[in-house]
Amino acid sequence: MAQELVNPALGKDLLGLEELTREQITAILDTAEAFKEISDRPVRKVPYLRGQTVVNAFFENSTRTRVSFEFAEKRMGADTVSISTTGSSVQKGETLVDTARNLEAMRIDMVVIRHASSGSARFLAERIESHVINAGDGKHEHPTQGLLDLLTIRDHRQSLEGLKVCICGDVLHSRVARSNLHGLRRLGAEVAVCGPLTLMPADVRELGVHYFPRIEAAIEWADVLNVLRLQLERMKGGFIPSLREYNRVFGVTRARVEAAPRDLLILHPGPMNRGVEIDSDVADGPHSVILQQVTNGVAVRMAVLYLLAGGPVADTTEGAA
Amino acid sequence: MPDTQRRPIMDGPAVERIIARMAAEVLRLAGGSAELVLVGIHRRGVQLAARLADAIEAHGGVSISSGSLDITLYRDDLMAVGPRPVVGQTRLPAGGIDGRIVCIVDDVLYTGRTVRAALDELADFGRPRRTLLAVLVDRGGRELPIQADVVGERVDVPEGGRVEVKVPEIDGELGVEVVEAG
Repeated sequence: MAQELVNPALGKDLLGLEELTREQITAILDTAEAFKEISDRPVRKVPYLRGQTVVNAFFENSTRTRVSFEFAEKRMGADTVSISTTGSSVQKGETLVDTARNLEAMRIDMVVIRHASSGSARFLAERIESHVINAGDGKHEHPTQGLLDLLTIRDHRQSLEGLKVCICGDVLHSRVARSNLHGLRRLGAEVAVCGPLTLMPADVRELGVHYFPRIEAAIEWADVLNVLRLQLERMKGGFIPSLREYNRVFGVTRARVEAAPRDLLILHPGPMNRGVEIDSDVADGPHSVILQQVTNGVAVRMAVLYLLAGGPVADTTEGAA
Repeated sequence: MPDTQRRPIMDGPAVERIIARMAAEVLRLAGGSAELVLVGIHRRGVQLAARLADAIEAHGGVSISSGSLDITLYRDDLMAVGPRPVVGQTRLPAGGIDGRIVCIVDDVLYTGRTVRAALDELADFGRPRRTLLAVLVDRGGRELPIQADVVGERVDVPEGGRVEVKVPEIDGELGVEVVEAG
């Protein structure tokens, strides 16, 4: 039997999009595409991960990502447990590795980790045998968010090749921006960033991306806007003068979107600050694909679980049994 | 590949003839086409189901709803095999399968594990009144108590050999070959 359908293997962990090849990213997106349909079945569950245990270790607040992972795990048939900082032994001073090793001692297969420190996912992955999926580590990466953004763009624009995508907002502190940047460029998109210079990495011009200091110019250029959440504590940190000022200069407003020369596609990773980085008219308007991103998030995470859980390479010739 | 022998056992016209015969048998078993749904198993079962649907249409003059099933996520050997095939789309007819007569279509019946997985997956979509199995080639070698209701051709293939069904949509031609280690 012809085995032309072979996935480029993912390896043990998913830590970031920076280390994935174009083929690996495409394999995840194609798999996610096939998995979308599972969430529409009468029984929204397949037995693929039956008997496997996944631990969701969220050491930082998250609702959307945690719930999305839990749905993905359950729909793939896995057993799941969730731990968070509050009420766990982490509060008692236990280290990350000790927590994970204790979990492993109870026999688990995968850990999904969200942590405030950049590099924590890799740190853990190098020290435990279970598969590790990075659900956001500090300012480093949030690979499944990057993947679901790619999938959503691909749904609407077929190919990422040559597409102009502008990431707007707090690029400096954003792991979503970093994962997007790597993933988009790996798939051949042209990437720009837009936002106040105080919220741009010092090496913004060395990232090899365009920089727009004004949102109008970004909208003039782009096919797709990925509008990041402005973390409100940034104002206290002195990065921006005020939220109103931010909205006036960088807000994605209806008037600005309507002035766009192309049919814009607008993404936002959530949760949104309506009236700050994005206006309600736009968030709920015809260009927005924000809720589709949420739907796609489950399919992408199912695909990642599926691809990571695969066993060792073996002969699959089965005579088309 | 060295040391393998390819032996064609059916050419295109032979496959067409056999599918026409299978179409008549499926219609007879289903008592007509009113409640019949064909579900092809990825990958080549899907194309065969489409051909079978065409043949039934030619035979009875009615169009048959058909769907596709990817059983990858229901396999019992997933943790042991890799590299894994890309998962294909599972699409069942809009009306669902509840109360209908579902005929599973696959190219080759061997161990029976694929069919077992297909039955499990179908059960998650609903409760057919009756489920049939139609295969183009039955090569023996069952590992489960599963048999086909409609068989195109029985072929004796020794262990280690393979039956390869070719369909134009994937392979550019229609036919069946037996591949044996030389």
